Amino acid sequence: MSVQACPECAADVTFAAEPEMNSILECGECMGELEVVSVEPLIIAVAPEVEEDWGE
Amino acid sequence: MISIAIIGGAGYIGGELLRLLLGHPEAEVVAVSSTRLAGRRVDGDHPNLRGRTPLTYVEPGAVPEVDVMFFTGSGLDDVDGRAELRQRAKIVFDLSSDLRLGDPELFRFHYGREHPTPELLGTATPGLPELHREQLRVAELVSVPGCMATAATLALMPLARAGLIEPAVTVDGRVGSSGSGASAGEMNLHAERSGVLRLFAPLNHRHQAEISAFTGLEVKMTATGVDAVRGVQAVARTTAKPGTTEAAIRAAYRKAYADEPFVRVVAQKRGNYRLPEPKILLGSNYCEVGFAFDPDSGQLLAVGALDNLVKGGAGNAVQSLNIRMGWAEDTGLTFTGLHPM
Repeated sequence: MSVQACPECAADVTFAAEPEMNSILECGECMGELEVVSVEPLIIAVAPEVEEDWGE
Repeated sequence: MISIAIIGGAGYIGGELLRLLLGHPEAEVVAVSSTRLAGRRVDGDHPNLRGRTPLTYVEPGAVPEVDVMFFTGSGLDDVDGRAELRQRAKIVFDLSSDLRLGDPELFRFHYGREHPTPELLGTATPGLPELHREQLRVAELVSVPGCMATAATLALMPLARAGLIEPAVTVDGRVGSSGSGASAGEMNLHAERSGVLRLFAPLNHRHQAEISAFTGLEVKMTATGVDAVRGVQAVARTTAKPGTTEAAIRAAYRKAYADEPFVRVVAQKRGNYRLPEPKILLGSNYCEVGFAFDPDSGQLLAVGALDNLVKGGAGNAVQSLNIRMGWAEDTGLTFTGLHPM
C-alpha cells in the first residue's frame, strides 16, 4: 500500500489500490482533489479544477 | 459499577448528563436532585428519557453518599450546603462556573460579585481532557469549562503551543438558546428569541478569562445568541507570526490532535462543511477545529465548533470521568451525530 504526502496540506494520502496514471483521489484531511501525474516514481499533484478536454 | 448523583438535574445540562450516563455501562445514576421538582419523575422534565429510567427528583438533602457527584448549577449562594454535599462523594465534577477561574479579582470582574469561598479557586482540575488528561487521572474535584471557552481553546491551543501567533486574539462566540439554561425568562420567550442575532455580550464575555488561562493568549471575546437550540461556533481572529506557513499551521493542529478521540481537524478545500460548524455535531461529543490563513497579510482565523450541552458540558464531564476511572475514554460517548438534520 503506497503512502504519499498531500501536496496541498502534507497529510498522508494512502492508496487503497495500485496507483494508475491520471487517476483522481481525495485527500482525507483537506479533501483536495489530487491526480497521479507519475507512477514510477509515484508523484501526485493538485488536480486542475477545470480543464478543457479538447474534444476527447 | 459506580454510583452517581446529579445535583440540579432538571436543567438542560442535567438532562444531558442523565442521557449520557443512563447509556454508560459502568455508571449507575442513583439520585437526581431538584429543589423545584422534588417528587416528580425525571422523564417528565426530560421526555427524551421516557422508558429509560424510573428515577424521581429528590431534594438535595436526600441525596445519599455516592462515588461520584455532578453539580450542574452554582452553589455560591449556599456554600455550606454545597460543602456538605461535596462530603458525600469521593469525586466531584462541577459544571457550574463557580470554580473555573483561579483569581478572585478576575472572578469579581466577570461575575460582578465577590467569590464567597476564594480559597477554593484554583483547587479544581479543569475538565478539559485535551489539556489536562494526566491531572484528571487522579483528580478529586473537577471543574468543567464553559462551552464557548472549550471551543475557542481547542481551536487556539495548537497555534499557541507551537508559537505561531501573536498573543492578541479576538474571539467571536456564537451560541444557541440552550446555552442560557432552562429557566424561563422574558428574554427566552419564543417571540423575543426567534430569529435573533443578539450580541448579548459585546465585550469581555466571561469565557475570555478561561481561554486566556488555558492558552496564555490575550483574549477579548464577544458572544452572540443565534437562532439555534444547540451549538457553539467560536471564531478566533489572530495574526500569524512572520514566516508562518499553512503547512506549519496544519502540522501544529495535526500534532496536537492526532491521538485525540473527540477532536477533528477540519479545514477542507471542498464540500459544504469546509470549516467547523455545530450542525453535524449535535448530540455528539466531538469538537471540530479548523483554520483559514492569508499568508500575505498574516491574518489567521481559528474556528472551533461543538454541541454546547455535550462537548461543551455534560460530554466533557463524562469524558473526564472515564479518564478518572481508567475506562476507555469514549465509553458512553460514541454517538456520532446526525446528517442530515
